[in-house]
Order: sequence, then structure tokens, then C-alpha cells
Amino acid sequence: MKVLQPDNLAEALRLLVEPDGTPVPIAGGTDLCVHWPARDLDNTRFLDLSRVAGLSRLTLTHNALEIGARTTYWDLICAADAAKAFPLLAQAARLVGAIQIQTRGTWAGNIANGSPAADGVLAMMVYGASVVLQSVRETREVPLDEFFTGYKQSVRRPDELIVAIRVPRRAYTFEWLAKVGARRAQAISKVGVAMTRSENGWRVAANSVAPHVCRCRTLEAALNAGRTFTSPQEVRSLLSADVAAITDLRSTAEYRERVLSRLIFYRLAELDKPSGHV
Amino acid sequence: MGIGEDRPRVDGLDKLRGAAAYVDDLRVEGVLHGATVRTPAARGRITRIHFDPGIPWNEYVIVDHRDVPGKNHVASIETDQPALVETEFRHKYEPVLLLAHRSPAALRKGVQGVRLEYEPLPAVEDPLAGLTSDRIQHGPDNVFKRIDIRKGDVNAAFARAAHVIEGEYRTGAQEHAYIEPQGMLATSGPDGVTVRGSMQCPYYVLKSLCAALGRSEREVRVIQTATGGAFGGKEDYPSVIAIHAALLALKAGAPVKIIYDRQEDMAATTKRHPSWVRHRTAIDEAGRLIGVEIEVVMDAGAYVTLSPVVLSRGVLHALGPYACENVHIHGEARLTNSPPYGAFRGFGAPQTLFALERHMDAIARRLGLDPAEFRRRNLLRDGDRMATGQVYRDGVDLTRLMDDALEHAAYAQRREEFKRFNASHPYLRRGIAQATFMHGAGFTGSGETMLASEVWVEGHADGTVEVLTANTEMGQGAFTVLAQVAVDTLGVKNEQVKVAVPDTHRVPNSGPTVASRTTMVVGKLVERACLDLAAVVDGVAGRSFSEKIRAWHQAHPGERLVGRAKYKTPPEIHWDDATYQGDAYPCYAWATYVATVEVDLRTYGVQVTDFVASQEVGRVINPTLARGQIQGGVAQAIGWAILENVVLKDGAMANTQFANYIIPTSNDLPPIRVFFEEQPTPYGPGGAKGIGELPMDGPAPAVINAVCDALQTSIHEIPLTPERLMEHLDGADHD
Repeated sequence: MKVLQPDNLAEALRLLVEPDGTPVPIAGGTDLCVHWPARDLDNTRFLDLSRVAGLSRLTLTHNALEIGARTTYWDLICAADAAKAFPLLAQAARLVGAIQIQTRGTWAGNIANGSPAADGVLAMMVYGASVVLQSVRETREVPLDEFFTGYKQSVRRPDELIVAIRVPRRAYTFEWLAKVGARRAQAISKVGVAMTRSENGWRVAANSVAPHVCRCRTLEAALNAGRTFTSPQEVRSLLSADVAAITDLRSTAEYRERVLSRLIFYRLAELDKPSGHV
Repeated sequence: MGIGEDRPRVDGLDKLRGAAAYVDDLRVEGVLHGATVRTPAARGRITRIHFDPGIPWNEYVIVDHRDVPGKNHVASIETDQPALVETEFRHKYEPVLLLAHRSPAALRKGVQGVRLEYEPLPAVEDPLAGLTSDRIQHGPDNVFKRIDIRKGDVNAAFARAAHVIEGEYRTGAQEHAYIEPQGMLATSGPDGVTVRGSMQCPYYVLKSLCAALGRSEREVRVIQTATGGAFGGKEDYPSVIAIHAALLALKAGAPVKIIYDRQEDMAATTKRHPSWVRHRTAIDEAGRLIGVEIEVVMDAGAYVTLSPVVLSRGVLHALGPYACENVHIHGEARLTNSPPYGAFRGFGAPQTLFALERHMDAIARRLGLDPAEFRRRNLLRDGDRMATGQVYRDGVDLTRLMDDALEHAAYAQRREEFKRFNASHPYLRRGIAQATFMHGAGFTGSGETMLASEVWVEGHADGTVEVLTANTEMGQGAFTVLAQVAVDTLGVKNEQVKVAVPDTHRVPNSGPTVASRTTMVVGKLVERACLDLAAVVDGVAGRSFSEKIRAWHQAHPGERLVGRAKYKTPPEIHWDDATYQGDAYPCYAWATYVATVEVDLRTYGVQVTDFVASQEVGRVINPTLARGQIQGGVAQAIGWAILENVVLKDGAMANTQFANYIIPTSNDLPPIRVFFEEQPTPYGPGGAKGIGELPMDGPAPAVINAVCDALQTSIHEIPLTPERLMEHLDGADHD
């Protein structure tokens, strides 16, 4: 094992193109350490970002929230204005692991790790977040919902580092997130869903039901067209075009898809009641 | 502080400060780290062991079965389990080779550098599946143990029954999830072999070490280190690691430490026995049990280990606290090609009591009776005979115990309230239900007689008293309770009594720390040994007990002042192992637990929202510790009922991480409200009964009965994960 410890961004980006082979960037380390005891070989190289200055920012402007590469869930929980502006980000942050994980785990790491169960990605996606990627050659910005290409696969090139996440500010009339884990806290999502509604229309994202966290565009289109539902099954038939759950150690495909549609159905049903509002 | 008082834990401060030394905290000069190479499949024959030529093997100590100087087995009830596999293996993760190296990193590479080639053999996955001859590995039919309990005439009872109701129930495996994984440190020198580590039963470890090393008890010494939880998981398995560490230390001529990480611990060590129980019950017009047939099958795993006695406790609790004159209980422990299932808090009783208490609710529903009323008609009353003929004479009014628990839980009001709630809510359903049960304290049948446990209480020259037992503190508070008994019996101050660290060269064999026996059986021996000590110094002059001890030592320089007590079977207790008739346990703790639940039909998740645990325990020695035992047991049992799912692959656990094996956090648990009734027993110190296992028995049936109440259905299997509840409701008869 080798740990590279650059103290500035330029050096970090340069180390990513070294001929010795691409190191794995490490921020909070909460995903990498889970698998540490089961590692195959000890010759992995890590790019430790902890000494790179300027990566822990959390900036809320009139137009957007900018999250740095090393900004943690806890940073956002503690930033009252940002948490108020983006309540689902704060809720998702609280649902990740325990406080020890929340204080180390980073939003950018949640994206880079590419887990289909990522809670942070779920919330960022329904807020229309984009990912800022930087390399020695260029800086580019990719919408989060176009970032993933498959299970733990993304458009990020090995020479690129996620240096920031930009979340645009919009006026929302509906914001909702639900996570179903095997227990109430400290659990990996078995199925999760987030929904927002702004003047741009509905956004629905789900986790643990596809090779990566995904938007449910068929359902969004139906909602945007004013469709209402009389049973969870109706929601599910639309979702079947958007998701493809699998059975693994944590749950079954049937459970995941069924619970996803039931959560959405009953939440939408509450909106139809006189007390609900959109 | 004496009996009945809230003395703080004697080991508490050291553990809070981080000063207590667990086995991996021990620093030893020149220590080597040891690791285990394990089998990759459920059953097979090893054909070749391939060592990666890129690894400098001369740096490693390598041990295989040929290095075992004594018998290559782990001595337990039987001797069928090898310490190290020779050729044929019977389960995945069975130990084949041991490696030791000074560097943990090099050790890791070494383990990865060994490849076992093997020829697979047909494996048994399901103990209920039909057997083919090529799968038989024990006796004629893979059955490790059969037990039959008969009373009255069952056939005649079924012939005149007004109702006959059947049910089949299953329970899953459970991981102990102690905080400290298993580990041992072995050293060898001119005096012999010393093994220190995390364990419940130093004399069990000693016995198996002597057999495997071919040495006498004087040449082997076993010392318990601070133990971070056990729950039965450190009853038999520590013998395996102790043998392994000792074999490496002997070959290396250096100290060797083997510490399992969480994944290895979960994969290779024991779990609770999965079970299948079938009930067939005859009931008369008045709603009374007139005939009961119970069939119990426990999945024992690949070797006998403790399964015969787990099965025994299971069948002895299978009829619970109910009276019935015609009974046939048949139990079998059967081989499968899984790592051996082992001791786990409750020891077979939680499995059969889950089936019984679920079945009692299912019967009540079929008869249209309130489950409490149905139980009221059938609970044991003084003079009734239990399944083995044991006469119920505890003098505990079980009906009142049950009714008090229901009152604490506002059972009647909530039932009404929940009916209205469930009729109106779109997706939440609430339910309330109970389980009434008991747990026999101490070893089963003639076990205590055969153990013949011994306790010493020594008065030292400085006036202090030391309690010498082999019983271990593993987080449950045993040292505190034993100290309280001594303080109370001798009338001395807290600081004048200390409890010895179990060390087989210093303490007598007071038996294992299992079976809810430490407080009751060993505590009673401490009480008697204290009285024996007091009798010796009775005539000595002195204002206090301490002064008398000091005066005695002045008069007897160089001599030891020891009070002794040895277990004697009470004359009124009779047990016949051949017929399974008689007093199965000297006494029982009795309980009714009431669970309130809310089921979310969006997610099929069950949340227990309130829990009443009411029990009769003889005498409470330390109220806070007793409450803690009950709450901890309830939490562990709620986990077993609805969360903890051991996923098997090739017969062994696949989800070997706390990320995937889910135990409850405080967020997943209700307030656990504990109530004690006290009716002193003559068999325990100050009247105390054992309570360690009791709280593991009742929560699962109470919680699942409450789910059945909420959903008006009948569920037969735990763990009731949301996925399983969803499938059940898809196919449910909604009876």
C-alpha cells in the first residue's frame, strides 16, 4: 500500500497522471475502509486529499449551493442556511451511517464511490445537482443524472477529480425523501426515493433499484402530465420502465420495486387530501 | 452492599476507563500472530495443498493435523470434531492449517498463498430433506441425539378431543454479535502451556487442551482475560482457538496470539440452532389442553458439539407453563454440513417456546377465545404435573403473574383502541399480544450432580476475603453478584471482598458460566462456602469478621484459611436420564411478556412500540443488573424475531459483516418496562433464581403474536423480515 499526500490541488491532479498507475482518491475513507479487511492485495495506491487546502467549502449563494470535494455530511447538517435551503440534503445526511460516518463521509465521495444505494446522491439528484470534474487538462461540469453509466461506472476519467458539486437554487413546492433500510438507523438503503416539484416540473429519483442511483423519468412525465393513481400497482407499472432492481444479500427485487411504488403511492395520496399541499 | 441492593459493577470502572485488558491488549515480547487456513466448501476430501512458491515459507510456522501431539479432536460431549482436518471435511470454514508469523501483513499474504484442492462430496443442507446413502456421515441416519418424553395416553386424548389443531413453526440461526471477537494467546515454557483468552468456561478449555496436547491438567493452565460479551458463543468455541494457539506456540517455541476479525468470527464460529417444530394439539369443549404432540428437529451442523443438551433443554421447555395429562414430545438433533451450531442464550428453549406460544395464540384464534383467556384455562397450578412428571410446587400464581403483565401493558384498552385504529388507517396496523413462559435454572436433569461444582472462599492474612470460582465475568455482572452474596453472608464491607480471576491453577472447578446457573447454583455455593469459612473462625476473638481472619492467621502462620462448598443434589430432586422422567430443573423463573407493535404496510416493517417484561425470579440480588439482563435479553430476542437473518451459502454464513447482518439499535427498540415478582427459592442465595436466559425466550413469540393480531393472520417463521412478511401476506389465508 502506498499513500500519496499532496498539499495542493495542482499537485493532486498531477499525481493522477503519474506513469506509476492511477491512485485511488480518498477523502473520508468511509467506503474504502468497509472493504479493507476483505482486500485482495496490499499494493493499492491512495491519493489522500486531506491536506489539499480549499476543498472543504460549503458556499450558499443566491443561485446555488457549492459543495467542496472534502465537504462532509456533518458540515451540511451544521450549516443552518444550507440545510434550510435544501432540506432533503440535510435529511439524507442524517440517514447516512452513524454520526462518526457523517463527520467523515463526503458528498463527493458518495458520488465517486458510485454505490447504487447512495443516500446523498439520491437527494442531490432531485435538486438537479451537477458534478465539477477537474484534470490537468480541463475543467468540466456534468449533470449528476448523466454522471453514472453503470454499476460503479461513471463518466469520470481516471485523471479527473471531483472538485465540487453545484446544486442550483429553485423554488420548490414539494420536497420529500424516504429511505428504507433494514433498521431505522445505521443501515444501507434497501430502497430509497426522493421527489421534488418546482416550476421545471417533477423530479423523482430512486436508489438501490438499479445499477446506479437513477431518475424515474417515466413517472416524472406522467406526473407532469397531471396523472393521478388509484393503486400502488399503477405506480409500479410506470416505474418498471425506469428501474431494474436485483436480489442480493440485503433484499429482493420484488420487495424493492413493490415498496418503492407503495411509498410513492401513499405519499401522493396524502397530497390529494385537503390537508396536503403542492 | 448485600443482596437486594444496587451495588455498582465491580469491573465497571476498569472497563469505562479502558484499563481492562482484553486478550488482544496483552503485550507479550516476541509474540507471533496466528491465522487459520479453512476449507472452501461444505463437504469434501482434500487432495492437495498448494503453497504459492512466491512466498518465503521458511519465515512461517506451519501446523497441520500431524503436529497434534495428543488426540486430534476437540473434546466435548463427543470427540467427533477434529482440531484440524486430516483429509475429509464436513463444513465450510473448517480449520485445516495454522500459520504464524511475526508480521500480521506477512501472515495475511501467507493465508492468501495457500490453496486447497479438494474433491467435493454430497452435502446435507436441510435437516428435513430426505437422505441419500452418500450423505450419511453419522450413525445410520445422521441423527446426533433423539429424546422422547411421554406421559398419559395421547391417542385416547385425540380420540375424544373437541378440536384438534396443528401447526408448524420455524426459527432461524442467530449470531451472538458479542462486541469482542474471539481470541487466544498461548505461551509454552518449562512449566507447561498457558492459554489466556476470551471465554466462558475455563475448565472446558482446559479439558480439550489436555486431550489435544496429550498433557495433564498440571501441565496446562487456562486463564480468562476480560471478556467482551459471549451469550453462549464463548462456551465451546474457545476450546478450538485455544488448541490452535497452543499448537502454534509449541511448534514455534514462542508465544502465539490468534485473534479473529469480525468476518472470520461470524463465518467460522457457532450460531443459534435453526429449528423446526410441529404441534398437534387436542382440546376439549371447555378449551382445555387434553393431548399434546410436539415434534422438534434442530439443525446441529456438522459435529455433535453441544447439540444433545441444546435439544434436551428445547424439548424440556416445549410444553411451557401449561398443564396437560397426555403428552408426547419427540426431539432430534440432526447433522447438516454447516459449521456446528452451538450454545446461545436460551439454549434450545427459545426455539420450542416460540413454537408453543405462537401455537397457543393460533389455537385461541381458531376457538374464538381471547389468547389470555385460553392461557388462563391451561396454566399450571400447584400440584399439577409437568411433561416429565415434575410436580409444580413453586407456589407462584401464574395466572396472576400473567394478568398483572397484561394490566401493565393496558392490554384490554389497547385491543379496543387498535381495532378502531386499524379500521381507519390507510397503511399502519397496530397489535398487542403476549407470551407466557418459563426458564429452568441450572443444568438440565442430572447435570449439576455430574458437575459436582466446588467453590472456595479464602480469608487472607490482611483480613480480606477472596471468592474463588471458575465462573467468568463477561459483561453480565457475575463478579458483582457473587461479591454481593459474600458480603451479605459474611456481613463484611464491599472493599473487603474480591472475586478471583478464573485461572485453572488457582480456582476450583465451579462449572461453566452457562445455563442461568452462576447466580443461583454457584451463588448458593458461595453462600455455603462463606458459612463454612465463618464456622472456622467462629470462636476466634475479634470485633469484626476481618479482625477474626487476621487473628486466625496470627495463630496459624503459613496456613491457608479456606471455606469450601461442593454441590450436593437436594434430596427432593430426582431425575432419570434413561426415561426423561423427574425434576428436569430444581426450579424455574416464570414470566409473561407483552409486546405492542405497529406494522407499516408500505414497507412491511414491524416496529415494536412498547414492551412489558414481567417475571418471577425468586429474589433480585442487584436491581439494576437484573433489569439490565432482562432488557438486554429482550433486545437480543427482538432482533432474532424481526431483524437478524443469517444468510447461508454452502451451509455457512454469507453476510458476515454488521453492515449486512442487522442487529437492533436503540432506535429499533421500544421502551422495555421490567417488573419483578419475588418468591424466594431454597436453591439460590437469598432465594435467587437464574435469569440470564429467561428474557431470550418470550419476546419472539410475543412480538410475532402481536404482528398476527395487527394483521389478523398466522405467521409461522422467524426472522420475520419485511421481505418475508410481504411474501406471507401475498400467499396468506388471512385466517
